[in-house]
Amino acid sequence: MTGPLLDIRDLVTEFRTEAGLLRAVKGVDLTIARGETLALVGESGSGKSVTSLSAMRLIPDRVGRIAGGEILFQGRDGRVRDLAQLDQRAMSDLRGSEIAMIFQEPMTSLNPAHRIGAQIAEAARLHEGLSAKAARARAIEMLRLVEIPEPERRAEAYPHQLSGGMRQRVMIASALVCNPSLLIADEPTTALDSTVQLQILVLLKRLQEEFRMGILFITHNLGVVAEIADRVAVMYGGRIVEDAPVDRILEAPRHPYTKGLLGSVPRTDHAARASGQRERLVQIPGSMVDPLRPPPGCDFEPRCAWSGPACRAAVPPLEATGPEGHARCIRWKEIA
Amino acid sequence: MSFSFLIRRILGAIPLLFGISLVLFTIIHLAPGGPLDVYADNPSVSPEALEQIREAFGLDRPVPVQYVLWLRSMLVGDWGLSIRTGRPVLDEILTRLGPTMQLGGISMLLSFLVAVPLGIISAARRGSRTDSTVTLAAFAGISLPVFWSALLLQLVFSVWLGWLPSAGMKSIGDGSVSDRLLHLILPVTVLSLATIASWSRYIRSGMVDVLSQDYIRTAYAKGRREGSVILRHALRNAMIPAVTVIAIDFVTIISGAVITETVFAWPGIGRLFVESMNGRDYPMLMGLMMMGSVGVVAANIIADIVYATLDPRIRHG
Ligand SMILES: Nc1ncnc2c1ncn2[C@@H]1O[C@H](COP(=O)(O)OP(=O)(O)O)[C@@H](O)[C@H]1O
Ligand SMILES: [Mg+2]
Repeated sequence: MTGPLLDIRDLVTEFRTEAGLLRAVKGVDLTIARGETLALVGESGSGKSVTSLSAMRLIPDRVGRIAGGEILFQGRDGRVRDLAQLDQRAMSDLRGSEIAMIFQEPMTSLNPAHRIGAQIAEAARLHEGLSAKAARARAIEMLRLVEIPEPERRAEAYPHQLSGGMRQRVMIASALVCNPSLLIADEPTTALDSTVQLQILVLLKRLQEEFRMGILFITHNLGVVAEIADRVAVMYGGRIVEDAPVDRILEAPRHPYTKGLLGSVPRTDHAARASGQRERLVQIPGSMVDPLRPPPGCDFEPRCAWSGPACRAAVPPLEATGPEGHARCIRWKEIA
Repeated sequence: MSFSFLIRRILGAIPLLFGISLVLFTIIHLAPGGPLDVYADNPSVSPEALEQIREAFGLDRPVPVQYVLWLRSMLVGDWGLSIRTGRPVLDEILTRLGPTMQLGGISMLLSFLVAVPLGIISAARRGSRTDSTVTLAAFAGISLPVFWSALLLQLVFSVWLGWLPSAGMKSIGDGSVSDRLLHLILPVTVLSLATIASWSRYIRSGMVDVLSQDYIRTAYAKGRREGSVILRHALRNAMIPAVTVIAIDFVTIISGAVITETVFAWPGIGRLFVESMNGRDYPMLMGLMMMGSVGVVAANIIADIVYATLDPRIRHG
């Protein structure tokens, strides 16, 4: 099969709020190839979750809608479908089988009233019509795969009997049970402490190689990105402001916002941990743009050290910064 | 929740019930008037005869002594004699229990079957026109006084339209199943309306809470459709807050739907209570109220057991 696995074009997502129409995603383009990991990075409130929930079509009509753009997904059958246009029935056939998702909060994302084993095998029972017995065996196999000790016993446990790290492993197991070609992981390690974070990242990386799936990995922590990503897209105020291969982003950021994020990477190295100052952040001054009242020009301009009058005039276009990178900044050449 | 916890709950209820009985006994004896007042103006009952009755029922003893005597016989299963009818309290209660169970049981079942779907639909379509309609109807149902809706339905369907019997359990000389069912329609409707209204609100709020939980989103992400998300993932957790309310309401109705039974001349516990109240029939009132109290205490314990079945976090501590 050729062509990208997921190709999001000019996605616009809006919410109806009491204060008016809130445009949380304002024309996002993203592509993920088979077996590739794209990290979507940005501060809290930049629109990462809304982008991923749009791709999963998990935004209830009551709350908001996809107002424009295409979400092209190439299925196992080779056909390319626009998920933005798919009806809920067809979409629920893809969810859990070809596209899976894991969430930030392993504490609350599992149903407290259901056994671990049943929750892991749920998608397989649903999509593959597995019998209760086969489902149990599959659940145990998946528990083993995500390296949970005593899988037979754990399958019978309830979520409250497991630690946060264990629960996130269970979430991963339940997402991968149907061997999806795309995994969307929305800050899967953010709620975990740093040693567990690293274990989960290593596990995801191993499973990706085994399953050859594409991953959209969402994080606000650039430190995590180096561990797992092939390419990085940086998001701010509902737009992609820079994208490039991971090394290029980390070594030579072209957008002032990316630069700012790199300056605020939490220090998780041994020296920092030993001295007890684990999260010494250099925050970007100012705060996230108010999505209800965006500035007329560049969203980042009010917080930007490089800003000038031209930045306030119009939203800057996404310009090619090399063979594989783009930046949404009219002065990107000066920033290198 | 363990077996020993259950035992402790039951043992804990015993002093509670003693306390309740003491308070109830005091209150009914504080109420003005007494069981023999009905005879006071009756010329055929001589003062000597009255004195004899008073002694026979122990009414001449001080109230604390009466309480101790009542308690002592209650502990060995003797509920005493009704002052009004002279028959054993327990027999009287048991004959009235059947009609009340019939009326209450059918009403509870109907309420449950209607309130649960209403609450679910209302929650799943919150903010929609359906939701506002259900909400409005529920508040109307909760705020309408039962005696008013009972009299209104009686007026419309029995007096004006003549479709349904206005009172009693069966027609004189009839008693076929269809006749009995016809007699049930109005009282069951009245009793269910208020219950449906209140239960559907509890189910709706529990459901709204649960539907916004992260694990519901997880269920959708696995490919479940709305119906099965609600039935398999939401309903059980959404029922938890409604459990106590349902259990207590059940007992309240079984221990006497006083107004409904009175308006529809239903020969049940509720009407027995009103009759006994009017006659200041102390042993009967104590029997009825203690039965209600034991019921409420038992309902709470049952609710705890149901909680534990619904929620593994309680079950496995
Ligand atoms: N259900 C919602 N209703 C209204 N606004 C929302 C909703 N979900 C997200 N938003 C808004 O969309 C913007 C982007 O949010 P989100 O995608 O969650 O950010 P991120 O995941 O990058 O932290 C925020 O301004 C947030 O307030
Ligand atoms: Mg988020």
